[in-house]
Amino acid sequence: MKLFNELVFPLIAVVAAFIVGGIFVLIIGDDPILTYQLLLGSALSWPDGIGYTLFYATPLIFTGLAVAVAFRCGLLNIGAEGQLYVAAFAAAWVSIKLGGTVVKIGGSDVNYSWASLPAVLLVPIACLAAMLMGGLWGAIPGYLKARFGSHEVINTIMMNFIGIALVSYFTQYYYKVPGDPIMQSAEIGAAAHIPRLGSFVPGIPGRLPLNMAFLLAIVACALVYVFLWKTKWGYEIRATGANPSAAEYGGIAVSRQIVVAMAVSGALAGMVGINEVLGYRYRYYDGFSASYGFTGIAVALLGRNHPVGVFLAAILFGMLIRGGIFVDAFTDHVSKDLVEVLQAVVILFVACEAFFRGSFNRFGLLRRSKV
Amino acid sequence: MRAIFNIALIFSLLRLATPLIWAALGGLFSERSGVINIALEGIMLAGAFTAASVTYYAGNPWLGLLAGIAAGVFIAWIHAVACIRFNANQVVSGMAINILMVGIPAFLGGALFASTGSTPQIPKEQLLTWWVPVVLAFVMVFVTWYVLYRTPFGLRLRAVGEKPEAADAAGVSVKWMRYSAVLISGALAGIGGAYLSIGQSSLFTRNMTSGRGFIALAALIFGKWRPVQTMLACLLFGFTEAVSIQLQGVRLPSGEDIPNQFIQIIPYVLTIVVLAGFIGQSRAPRALGLPYQKER
Repeated sequence: MKLFNELVFPLIAVVAAFIVGGIFVLIIGDDPILTYQLLLGSALSWPDGIGYTLFYATPLIFTGLAVAVAFRCGLLNIGAEGQLYVAAFAAAWVSIKLGGTVVKIGGSDVNYSWASLPAVLLVPIACLAAMLMGGLWGAIPGYLKARFGSHEVINTIMMNFIGIALVSYFTQYYYKVPGDPIMQSAEIGAAAHIPRLGSFVPGIPGRLPLNMAFLLAIVACALVYVFLWKTKWGYEIRATGANPSAAEYGGIAVSRQIVVAMAVSGALAGMVGINEVLGYRYRYYDGFSASYGFTGIAVALLGRNHPVGVFLAAILFGMLIRGGIFVDAFTDHVSKDLVEVLQAVVILFVACEAFFRGSFNRFGLLRRSKV
Repeated sequence: MRAIFNIALIFSLLRLATPLIWAALGGLFSERSGVINIALEGIMLAGAFTAASVTYYAGNPWLGLLAGIAAGVFIAWIHAVACIRFNANQVVSGMAINILMVGIPAFLGGALFASTGSTPQIPKEQLLTWWVPVVLAFVMVFVTWYVLYRTPFGLRLRAVGEKPEAADAAGVSVKWMRYSAVLISGALAGIGGAYLSIGQSSLFTRNMTSGRGFIALAALIFGKWRPVQTMLACLLFGFTEAVSIQLQGVRLPSGEDIPNQFIQIIPYVLTIVVLAGFIGQSRAPRALGLPYQKER
């Protein structure tokens, strides 16, 4: 019965979103059924559809977990977008500086690096760099909230703009190969590359960009579960989120929990950089994120701020991204922006859920679930 | 330096500050009534897209402006229903609307104009006279001030945002005050968006607000939720944007160019600093973000 309670509202939200999306498709003169068939069919075909779906889901698992951890502490982290940008840049920076990157400029070799570490050292260091930088970018608004009481929503939004502008500055002025027309850093050292799943799992073609970061995302889900529900810190974070005054009275340092939760949240968002830089593009590419940080809010809400829910919701949104590309190409009028409409409607419906829970409770249809 | 600070800069500053002022005044109404309005960005996009599309088809910018206002009010109404009727988290609802308004204009624009979400170019003679919305924006600042501080409506609106229980006990309908505040906010932000597409430029392009809704929100906080200070903050942020445009391609005597990114982040850094209380105290309306449930 409890599981039913947890699932029914997210399902209603998803169905509602598809209905609203379908109406939009009708308005512009296409067939909603065919559109959705195309969307789901291309997202679930084996191996390319599923491979790309999981690849697109990977960053969303990280950002969904990030938003969920902050939510559990009663905080809204709208800054995952900025956190993942600075983190991806940090991962690329470390992998260039310690990865032995040498760039050919005008016939002569220019050394961008300080050292050339082996993969066993470089990959963990680069991953840590991403998590630390993301964590730092999350901890700053956390600290500002704990120390000055300034609202984390406003500060994370501001930190997004600041972070994105700063990494763009560093890319443009220091780490871009001169003459490169694209705003991207030099390539990272080969030792920092993490393998694609296709290179060691039989049956998965090597052309799919799905990589080790996906497995890392699954591990992250498990670790977040353990952290939140099996450790003292997690308990204190949840206690703070459930009722800060009671937590304070019970001897929990609420200010510290706010900073810790935001740092953990930022570190999780920062892990997107591992997938992007070490697993996919092998360089920092300016503007790479397709709003992963903001979609993470939808993922966390739909996944009820629970790691299992976040995983499932991220897969769903991964399917939408993958399917959206095909819908864009193979229908007359529907563009991939349909995906954003679906996402937004899901968020709106889930956001209004508390009200329905309240009124359903009154009629005794659903018990209030513990948060 | 003289090449940078000239009369063109002042005009550029006024043009760039205008959409910020409209949107920030919109945010002011909503937030002073206790409803967080992160949806300003999305409402501006709705206004900009609708105004450009209607102007393109009707050939009349004033009709376009009206349509932009209507679109802004409609989107704000969705936000109001979610926040006031259904007690949704106001930040989450605002975020959803922002995502929705990246999607819908691109989706509809793609179908209507067979483009990737932009409208066709509108002929120059069918655009708004650029200075009219600029002048009106400044007039609106004083209208807002007057309404908020000199009319019963404004008193009630502020009361609802500070202490809804007390306002309720005094016979003010919290619900209706908040609905009207959010809808006014939609109209004003809609004008800000319309000005972007049919005043400042001549078409709607995908995501053309590029964060202006958030800068307006920052200006609102920087201006401590007061009309005149908010206008000054908008002028300051408009000024930084104007300077950053003028500085493109300008080189220092040492031969290096000035990184645009540093000028762009000034409004955001200032907002964080102000919010932390380093420059005076910025205090939000007390009931901001809290849904109000009438006791039964």
